[in-house]
Amino acid sequence: MKIVVLVKQVPDSGAERNLRAEDNTVDRASANNVINEMDEYAIEEALRLQEAHGGEVTVLTMGPQRATESIRKALSMGPDGAVHVVDDALSGTDALGTSKVLAKALERLNADVIICGAESTDARGQVLPHMLAERLGVAALTGARKLTVDGSQLTIERQTEEGYEVVTAATPAIVSVWDTINEPRYPSFKGIMAAKKKPVETLSIADLGVDAGEVGWAGAQTTVKEHTKRPPRSAGQKVTDSGEGGVALVDYLSSEKFV
Amino acid sequence: MDMASIVRLLPTPEAHELLELAEELAEKELAPKVDDFEARGEFPREIIRTLGRSGLLGLPYAEEFGGAAQPYEVYLQVLEVLATRWAAVAEAISVHTLACYPLYYHGTAEQKERWLPSMLGGELLGAYCLSEPAGGSDAANLTTKAALTDGQYLINGTKAWITHGGVADFYNVFCRTSGPGASGISCLLAEAGTPGLNPQARERTMGLKSSPVAQIAFDNAPVTADRLIGQEGEGFRIAMGALDSGRLGIAACAVGLAQGALDYATGYARERTQFGKPIIDFQGLSFMLSDAATQIAAARALTLYAARLRDLGRPYSIEAAKAKLFATDMAMKVTTDMVQVLGGAGYVADHPVERYFREAKVLQIVEGTNQIQRLVIARSLAKG
Repeated sequence: MKIVVLVKQVPDSGAERNLRAEDNTVDRASANNVINEMDEYAIEEALRLQEAHGGEVTVLTMGPQRATESIRKALSMGPDGAVHVVDDALSGTDALGTSKVLAKALERLNADVIICGAESTDARGQVLPHMLAERLGVAALTGARKLTVDGSQLTIERQTEEGYEVVTAATPAIVSVWDTINEPRYPSFKGIMAAKKKPVETLSIADLGVDAGEVGWAGAQTTVKEHTKRPPRSAGQKVTDSGEGGVALVDYLSSEKFV
Repeated sequence: MDMASIVRLLPTPEAHELLELAEELAEKELAPKVDDFEARGEFPREIIRTLGRSGLLGLPYAEEFGGAAQPYEVYLQVLEVLATRWAAVAEAISVHTLACYPLYYHGTAEQKERWLPSMLGGELLGAYCLSEPAGGSDAANLTTKAALTDGQYLINGTKAWITHGGVADFYNVFCRTSGPGASGISCLLAEAGTPGLNPQARERTMGLKSSPVAQIAFDNAPVTADRLIGQEGEGFRIAMGALDSGRLGIAACAVGLAQGALDYATGYARERTQFGKPIIDFQGLSFMLSDAATQIAAARALTLYAARLRDLGRPYSIEAAKAKLFATDMAMKVTTDMVQVLGGAGYVADHPVERYFREAKVLQIVEGTNQIQRLVIARSLAKG
């Protein structure tokens, strides 16, 4: 089974993140960049599939040169190799353009299963798996909290707000996963050492047959026109307990779907 | 200066990556869980397995047996990082590493090939049985006996203060195979589950409550003769050699534990205000923090100096004794002072400094009491 995992490098969601004033894009230069958290679950799921069914796992990343760090980190968990699409012309590419580039790379990789995180912590659009499925003409099994493989049949439990749906499709297909699907492993020291020797193929957009005009700022179909800082935290809602405080708390938690 | 801002002198880029891995494990696996496990006194077996899978249970041993071939100066800094968060886990790794020492340095090629890979592989955990109820410091006069008949030793006697007693997968047992004194002692590698190897009830310890310590009663416990490590009569020498290395492990645990206490107390002193300003702005208090930071840095330097001597193949046992003595006395003093920095808050379990304080005490006792360390140092001075 040939498995490709999509990995994106994002600014650490645990630290303060900003958009740049000049072009409204994510400020990646001053941020501590890490693997998108949800992608670690995708890597883990890919490794579990490999352990159960054999085959190989390839990491696919589109991003600037420094994304190499995240690729090595991903490889230290166990995947066999990586493909890194890196090109100056990609700066400013929106989700649609990203899906075009990744689809071209995926065509070359000929995967049975493509696994990615359900969303990235920077954009949170959840659109990429759908766009890729459309471009590649394969099924999209999105938002999985469980994945099982039986021959060429993939079955997921798609997590919903109310519960879950069972969705099946034949390979090749793309599966996006939530953080409820597994518990990602830590890299091992041996894995860190081995990752240095694993093959990482670097591709430009020319290698993929994509024109510079189709991606980057020029090719973007969407633009962020302006942004404002998140307002400071408000005072919140106070409940004065006059015997009914517990009920008010439960009502609130229930309305926010915490319970 | 917290843990993350310590400038570390490491010999290789891979050592930096190993330390990053240790920090990630400490932050994500140890820090969120330590309070719960310590409160319940539960041994974190699965967490130690997780660390084992990451390769942390065989760091200073050769790659051909599944180790990571790291010098002691790197291995000890990994222990230090883990100890800032959870001393019992760091101690577990130190004890396990100690328990692999006899086989690694004194086993035959055949013995090593047979048992070492699984011992270093991360899934198994070891224990080291030297002390007895009647004598810990006076190890040369131990009384647990092993009699060889028909190709197997039968062990009889009781070992005391055994870390991992009841949870270990293998036990190094130092026992008397012939006449009195140091030259009558041998080392046997016994498996858990050996009939007659009976872990007793856990001791009710002051600190390191998640780390099980128990007596092991041996009642005609059979161990086959191929599990004798080294020659008969070499056991005492093996035990003392292992302890030189083990002392460095405890010193590193002490440095990490004290650093954890300092980090916490410093954070508290920056936040806590009295008389309209943060208490760290009062000199009486900030100087306690300064002294702690200085003492920790000195203990770290001494410990790593001893480790570097070891890594160079130079004699290091006196320096290891000094490092263990200094680092653990330092940890006791620093944790006492960090409780003081927090005042009343330092005395309650809502803050971790009282735990660090309780944990520091045992480090002055294990792997040779600090009186024994002074004895070792004094003898070297007397000899000239």
